[in-house]
Amino acid sequence: MAKSLFDKVWERHVVTDETPSNPSVLYIDLHLIHEVTSPQAFTELGTRGLLVRRPDRTLATIDHSTPTLIDADGHRPYVTAQAEKQVETLFENVEKHGIKIHGWDSPNRGIVHVMGPEVGATQPGMTIVCGDSHTSTHGAFGALAFGIGTTQVGHVLATQCLLMRKPKSMLIQVEGELQPGVTAKDVILAIIAKIGVGGGTGHVLEYRGQCFDDMSMDERMTVCNMSIEAGARAGMIAPDQTTVEYLRGREMVPEGDALDALAQEWLSLRSDPGCDFDSIVTMNAAEISPMVTYGTHPGMAMPITGIVPAAADEAEEKALEYMHLKADAPIAGTKVDRVFIGSCTNSRLDDLRAAAKIMRGKKVVADVTAIVVPGSEQVKLDAEAEGLHDVFTSAGAEWREPGCSMCIAMNGDKAAPGELVVSTSNRNFAGRQGPGARTVLASPETAAAAAVTGFITDPRTLETAA
Amino acid sequence: MSMKSLKIVTSKTLVLPAANIDTDQIIPARFLTVTTRDGLGKHAFNDWRYNDDGSETDHYLNSDEAKACEILVGGHNFGCGSSREHAPWSLTDYGVRVVISSEIADIFRTNAVKNGLLPIVIDKRAHQWLLDHPGEEITVDLENQEVRLPKNGGTFSFDVDAFSKHCLIEGVDEMGYLASQTNAIDAFEAKR
Ligand code: SF4
Repeated sequence: MAKSLFDKVWERHVVTDETPSNPSVLYIDLHLIHEVTSPQAFTELGTRGLLVRRPDRTLATIDHSTPTLIDADGHRPYVTAQAEKQVETLFENVEKHGIKIHGWDSPNRGIVHVMGPEVGATQPGMTIVCGDSHTSTHGAFGALAFGIGTTQVGHVLATQCLLMRKPKSMLIQVEGELQPGVTAKDVILAIIAKIGVGGGTGHVLEYRGQCFDDMSMDERMTVCNMSIEAGARAGMIAPDQTTVEYLRGREMVPEGDALDALAQEWLSLRSDPGCDFDSIVTMNAAEISPMVTYGTHPGMAMPITGIVPAAADEAEEKALEYMHLKADAPIAGTKVDRVFIGSCTNSRLDDLRAAAKIMRGKKVVADVTAIVVPGSEQVKLDAEAEGLHDVFTSAGAEWREPGCSMCIAMNGDKAAPGELVVSTSNRNFAGRQGPGARTVLASPETAAAAAVTGFITDPRTLETAA
Repeated sequence: MSMKSLKIVTSKTLVLPAANIDTDQIIPARFLTVTTRDGLGKHAFNDWRYNDDGSETDHYLNSDEAKACEILVGGHNFGCGSSREHAPWSLTDYGVRVVISSEIADIFRTNAVKNGLLPIVIDKRAHQWLLDHPGEEITVDLENQEVRLPKNGGTFSFDVDAFSKHCLIEGVDEMGYLASQTNAIDAFEAKR
């Protein structure tokens, strides 16, 4: 029978198959952990006297609660003592259980979903979990990757397995080529706007078509990252030569013949022709415009050239009120207070290059605060080697230390009540970037354009320096 | 962790009708720096319930009546957003034992059952009735998989995964079952 990419990866990891009374036991190849969703799981393990079954399949880093500034004395000022304790607790737990951590001294410390692929821990055909919903990012490699809660973090620590019934499948087919100036972020926002924030609930998505074939791994990660914003468990893209070349030479990836053999296996994961999906959505890449959100969930997204749609219900009405936006008015030209370039959606080298291209030779307008937060120490080093940090700082933007920062605003980086933030992150929920903060999700290009104009601006209308 | 067994819950309903109530509304991220799971009920829907200075707003969630409700009825696509288990922890600590909606996000649902919180996705008509009748006393019968509405509202059945049902009714968690699979896991690892 013809099988999809998802079918193939799922089947290879079933320890015991599901029955009407019991879910499947699914084996997990890679468990990523961070400070926020793991402490209670380690406590549970301790209470039960359990050990970590496979420390070698577990990999940790620190990102959510970590400061993105270093003060003059070399200290990292935590937002609260509790945040610092949370990070210390992770260090203690990994030490005790023999788990490798990319901590302060690692060149790969950073957002967990940037770190995993960067060190080559993320590989095609794997099952990957993390106590974080944006684990879907790793699906860009043809892995089955999804977020879990803390109780399940405990399950995986203790047994390297999860109890789960097989989700449904959905094919998102996007054929054709993107127009110049349209990015991976715009593609995923357009997909979520089309299928809705609950449109993928209960499903694993497969993104297929020329639009994704043409993308770099950084771009594919941007797409898969936001699968969860459509409610999906996971999003996957079949491994191809782009995937193999990205992984070649990375720390945890075999070399030479061993890689060639692995690559053959990876390439065979591609969905068989004629395999079944529970549902299929098709779109034309050429019809996608640069997108921005105008409401308080990622499905309320629209072309930047358009007018804010009328509220469909009471919730949308409230959302527009929260955003201080009026229906039927153009979204371009809306006054901006802050710009955030970062997060596991858009903080990789490609993203920073794209933002720098817009900002080069321009100035962040006086009443806008712009911060750029690279996804990992490695991204930071690579960007600095290219001089991107100089582009940002000479424009008047801040160049920070890696971490989640204003994506989730739990480390103290946040907007003031009422401020409008153009953000390259993934969630525009009310209060996500600070109580009362108003978030507009956009691509790095659009965020950079907002920084240098002070308004929501179509980046295609700006001249870029050579 | 053993959980409180859940068979039948009869309670007035706490209705939060907005669609897409996300986990950042249920508990904002700045309360996630904790390293324990207890006592988060005071932060359930924090930014709806408290002013900037920490004083309580006049939101219904702050009333004794609301706090006495064990059944929460939420708008469509309840619990979307992050994987934070702090969301169900805060709800159970607030006093909620059942969440009903016309759609509930996957990870929230998975996390809920692991904490003795029953997520129910119900027929659109019944959901509408519940939204239109806040504060009515209803009965959720897990054994028979039924929601019974008063005043001729009718009786509606709901689906629940057999394994989750067993765990909720018996008040047992999944770790025991997973641990019982050790031989199968060993065999799986050996043959790869
Ligand atoms: S950057 Fe944002 S979405 Fe990504 S892991 Fe951090 S908090 Fe989560």
